[in-house]
Amino acid sequence: MRRLFPAPWLSLALWVLWLALNLSISPGNLLLGAILGLCAPLMMRKLRPLPIRIRRPGVILRLFLQVGRDVVVSNLAVAWIVLNASRRPPRSHFIKVPLDLRDANGLAALSMITTVIPGTVWSELALDRSILLLHVFDLDDEALFIEHFKATFERPLMEIFE
Amino acid sequence: MSAELSLWVEVPVAILLVFGSLFALIGAVGLLRMKDYFQRMHPPALASTLGAWSVALASIIYFSALKSAPVLHAWLIPILLALTVPVTTLLLARAALFRKRMAGDDVPAEVSSRSMESGS
Amino acid sequence: MSPLLSNAILLSLFIFSLAMVLTLIRLFKGPSAQDRVLALDYLYIVAMLMMLTLGIRYASDTYFEAALLIALFGFVGSFALAKFLLRGEVIE
Repeated sequence: MRRLFPAPWLSLALWVLWLALNLSISPGNLLLGAILGLCAPLMMRKLRPLPIRIRRPGVILRLFLQVGRDVVVSNLAVAWIVLNASRRPPRSHFIKVPLDLRDANGLAALSMITTVIPGTVWSELALDRSILLLHVFDLDDEALFIEHFKATFERPLMEIFE
Repeated sequence: MSAELSLWVEVPVAILLVFGSLFALIGAVGLLRMKDYFQRMHPPALASTLGAWSVALASIIYFSALKSAPVLHAWLIPILLALTVPVTTLLLARAALFRKRMAGDDVPAEVSSRSMESGS
Repeated sequence: MSPLLSNAILLSLFIFSLAMVLTLIRLFKGPSAQDRVLALDYLYIVAMLMMLTLGIRYASDTYFEAALLIALFGFVGSFALAKFLLRGEVIE
């Protein structure tokens, strides 16, 4: 089973993607999507450096909702700052965040989250994965921001991936 | 010639479309007006998150009402953007840091070495 | 399609084009190479959203596929350009 499906979640996602792209669940499309889901991970197996172990689906769901809420809130905040930029220029800074998360997949997820949320851009990661250089669009209090960042995003990711 | 839809469908679709396009416009304004390159990296995220979400939602509502069946494939666009935009943004941030350091601009030193403090 | 929705679509298409014009100004102004790549990437995203809006205007699924293609080509193009800026070579 493990040999046939090296990445079961990827296979499932490819199958659903195929059906969504074709907008049909006819038997032919079900079969073609299943063949795609079976063959693509087998051919790409050499390109996947680390196996992914995912735990605690409840935490994933909560993190997902949290990120969705943060995206909406910071969208409005960034839009407001852009429109008022001539009166009050944004206080942009690079900050260094000390990281406790070491898992490569978790770090990839963290980089996606920080970049998707407007207002923060993941700039550089130290080679030993201990420090993250982050550019923040409008920063009030650095210590408060780092604490919030670690509590809302890094800790759930550590629970999920480590 | 298309079938008539009720106002309950058309009003949300219209609002979502205008809302999404306004966010794309604000992103472009930010891209044009911000002073520093790293500040300019933030506003484009407006169009690829909330802008894309509302346009995709409008598309889903409209086509589902038109065909009287759920047509959900427009969600693939925000998912695809969420997967691809971080990759380009990250590479662009690293490229900008690399080039600015080469040019001797005022950006933080490499975090790996830890020898110097940032001068931001 | 009622006048309300078709006017709203026209309005949002106009706003999208305005956004593209502003992005084009940034593209021409520069000043650095990474600014131009960023503006090009943004042009791709706005064009993709425009395609989705046009799909609603003409009630056609074909525009969705065009939007997907623009998104993919935009990603590959911006990725290659950013990689080039990072090292000066596309393939290492």
